[in-house]
Amino acid sequence: MNNTKIIFIKELRSYFNSPMAYIFLIVFAVTNGYFFTNTFFLFNQSDMRALFGIVPLIYLFFIPAITMSLIAKEKNSGTMEVISTMPIKDIEFILGKFFAALTLICVGLIITFVHLFTLMNVGTNIDFGSVFTGYLGILLLGAVYASIGTFASSITDNQVISFIISVFIVLIFFLMDKVIFFMPSYIQGLIQYISVEFHLSNMSRGVIDTRNLIYFISLITFFLFMTTRVLEMRKWK
Amino acid sequence: MIKINKLSKNYGDFKAVKSISFEINKGEIVGFLGSNGAGKSTTLKMITGFLTPTSGNIHVNGLNIKDSVLDIQKDIGYLPELNPLYTEMKVYDLLEFTANIRRISGPSFKKALTKVSDQCGLNDVMHKLVSECSKGYKQRIGLACSMIHDPSILILDEPVTGLDPNQIIEIRQLIKNLGKEKLVLMSSHILQEIQATVDRIIIINKGEIVADGSNDELLNQFKGKSSLKIETSGSTKKDLTSMCKELNLDVKNIEKKGKKHISTIDFNKSKDPREQIFSYAVKSKWIITEMTPQSAGLESIFRTLTTGNHE
Repeated sequence: MNNTKIIFIKELRSYFNSPMAYIFLIVFAVTNGYFFTNTFFLFNQSDMRALFGIVPLIYLFFIPAITMSLIAKEKNSGTMEVISTMPIKDIEFILGKFFAALTLICVGLIITFVHLFTLMNVGTNIDFGSVFTGYLGILLLGAVYASIGTFASSITDNQVISFIISVFIVLIFFLMDKVIFFMPSYIQGLIQYISVEFHLSNMSRGVIDTRNLIYFISLITFFLFMTTRVLEMRKWK
Repeated sequence: MIKINKLSKNYGDFKAVKSISFEINKGEIVGFLGSNGAGKSTTLKMITGFLTPTSGNIHVNGLNIKDSVLDIQKDIGYLPELNPLYTEMKVYDLLEFTANIRRISGPSFKKALTKVSDQCGLNDVMHKLVSECSKGYKQRIGLACSMIHDPSILILDEPVTGLDPNQIIEIRQLIKNLGKEKLVLMSSHILQEIQATVDRIIIINKGEIVADGSNDELLNQFKGKSSLKIETSGSTKKDLTSMCKELNLDVKNIEKKGKKHISTIDFNKSKDPREQIFSYAVKSKWIITEMTPQSAGLESIFRTLTTGNHE
């Protein structure tokens, strides 16, 4: 068993051994369910766009909440010292934590399959391709936000500060698209490319473009890499 | 084997450790003694790879920590100060997690678990949450985690804080037993603790090593500064002063207590003045009711070295 997997299992257990995971999953499912079914019968369309529209909004606060403790808590309680004096690389430690958070997000998304079954029962001509890409999109978005949360959690030993920083960074990526009209035209293209909404909308329409994939994967890599840098800094303080 | 050469660590402008060097071999139990903030923990943190030295070299088992920190960490068991633990885990799970990271699983984990839980007396709490355990148990859980992979080097930062006297004796015995086959480096600011447990003492003050040797060696080194407490009756203060003048003794203090006088006299161990004093008293017809040599104990050595005052 490699170190990433050991950390991953420990972290996942600590999610599910505390009320944390259950509260997250229940509230996530209820909020999604409310917003999805609210408009589902009104629009009378056989797709899940409404869900893919609401999930990024719910992510804004939910993902920082589940990632805020990942590293900040270890720093605060001093267990970081125990971990860093074990033969384990920073990247293995970070990936284990990141994948545990991502798994919790996945479980949350799997619960939303219930809406898909509703759709299959009442809907006609369902475009399963776009459902798949839509899910892939919000999964990747969840991964981006989780990597931001992991990063925010590494720069402080206070979970509240970690939460606020992570909401702040996530909001920047989320709002970028909304402020585009106030920006001078020559940087509009750049801002649009940076905003997550732009890449996500492609995917929820059923298009998988490598540019979008590269965008998500490079953001994840960037924030996880930054986390390793932050952890390395502690040795030099 | 740990070999440290001109090791320094600065926190910003503050120099926590100033160019210290020492060597520890297998089978030695070494105590790091110093007041709070002397640089003990910082040094231990550098040896375990948690902190990077500002300058200097650390070699553990012949490996340089700069190049092979992960390999070094495989052979070190470390109990940090304040003993941080994952309190939300069960004791068994915590030990399993620690063992897994140390590449111990399956039957070899069961074997290691039985060994450390017997050594540290954890059988009763194995399925409790760490947060539910008493401080003494937590300390022993920390110790068990640090030695589950049977490392050849154990580094224990204040291992007995928070334990009751019986537990302290148990842990002391455990450390002594471990020291037979392992290298144990422990720190403490409690003198009696160090004195009772270790073979060799390194006293560190303000980031510098001020003494290094076995208990007896340190005592010998400072024996020259012994003093003598004499209680006499039938003498006056003036008599005593003139005696000291005549016998060429360095009188520190003469105190009147009822009809008796208590004098404290410094003397050199190589020139024991007790016989002379006795004959002088007989000649002057005083009665000596007490004469006690007060050799410098580790405590006074420690105080001298760390504060500059000799008591």
